[in-house]
Amino acid sequence: MVEFAAKTAPELELLIRKVTIDDLDLVNDLDARITGVDKREYWRDMIDRVATRRAGERFFLIAKPCNDTVKCPALGIIIGEIRGWEFGSDPCGWIFAASVDLDYREQGIGEQMFKAICEEFRAVGTETVRTMVRRDDQINMSFFRSEGMSAGPYTQLEINLNER
Amino acid sequence: MQKSSRLAIFALIELASNPDRQISTAEIGDKYRVSSHHLAKVMLTLGRAGLVQSIRGVGGGYSFTGNAKRTTLQDVISLFEDTTVTCKLPDPSIATSAEWEMFNISKEINDISVSTHRSITLSTMLKHIERRDQIRARKASEAANA
Repeated sequence: MVEFAAKTAPELELLIRKVTIDDLDLVNDLDARITGVDKREYWRDMIDRVATRRAGERFFLIAKPCNDTVKCPALGIIIGEIRGWEFGSDPCGWIFAASVDLDYREQGIGEQMFKAICEEFRAVGTETVRTMVRRDDQINMSFFRSEGMSAGPYTQLEINLNER
Repeated sequence: MQKSSRLAIFALIELASNPDRQISTAEIGDKYRVSSHHLAKVMLTLGRAGLVQSIRGVGGGYSFTGNAKRTTLQDVISLFEDTTVTCKLPDPSIATSAEWEMFNISKEINDISVSTHRSITLSTMLKHIERRDQIRARKASEAANA
């Protein structure tokens, strides 16, 4: 993992690094600020899972101001992993969560985190990165589009069992 | 997507990528191989929507007055066409099951189309066009040096 300082919009320097269990409060606080729901045990389990199982293929990154002191809040998180063979797919990187503090959006934090996790995927030999976004989630759709992602070869299908 | 919508997007891309210039409909028309007459009608609609303004006189033309980061392709398309028209039932109260089934299929396709166009801003288009131009230039250079 390469820790790097990324330049973002005016005078905000970021440190993007792997999450540790010491970041649990920061991650939970960030998520609670965005979603309004406290999910501390979920995040504890997520950090533990990423750190202890298939750690080389799971990436949970946190973006903080460059002066990385405990008091600094998390400005963003991004989580992904290598998954393979499901749905007839060769192994590829999946991004399944990305969040940026509401007060720090449109300052390049999401873009820097996206680049950082793509570098992680690239470092373990992955050439394709995928994600799934609700069609009506314009913010995330626009974000991933702006990073160059477009519709892939799969279509998600579903059925409502109550209507069957 | 209708021809007017495509033309409008191309025109906006040209104007937004040249913020310091006024560009004539003739110049845009030449580049995209369309008549200035058709383009003039499109520009009128874009002007009414506040996305462009025209400057008359020598050296005049159009300039972009919108916000490229906020204007999506769907915003532009909806100025020229009703994107729900392909999935309307003539009369839902007497529609057959086959018509409802066809309606659902058309709606599914339309929903994907609209959400795709809604997720792409002019700014994103410009970014990808620039990247594509760089790749094309690099390949041309490599081919010339080979």
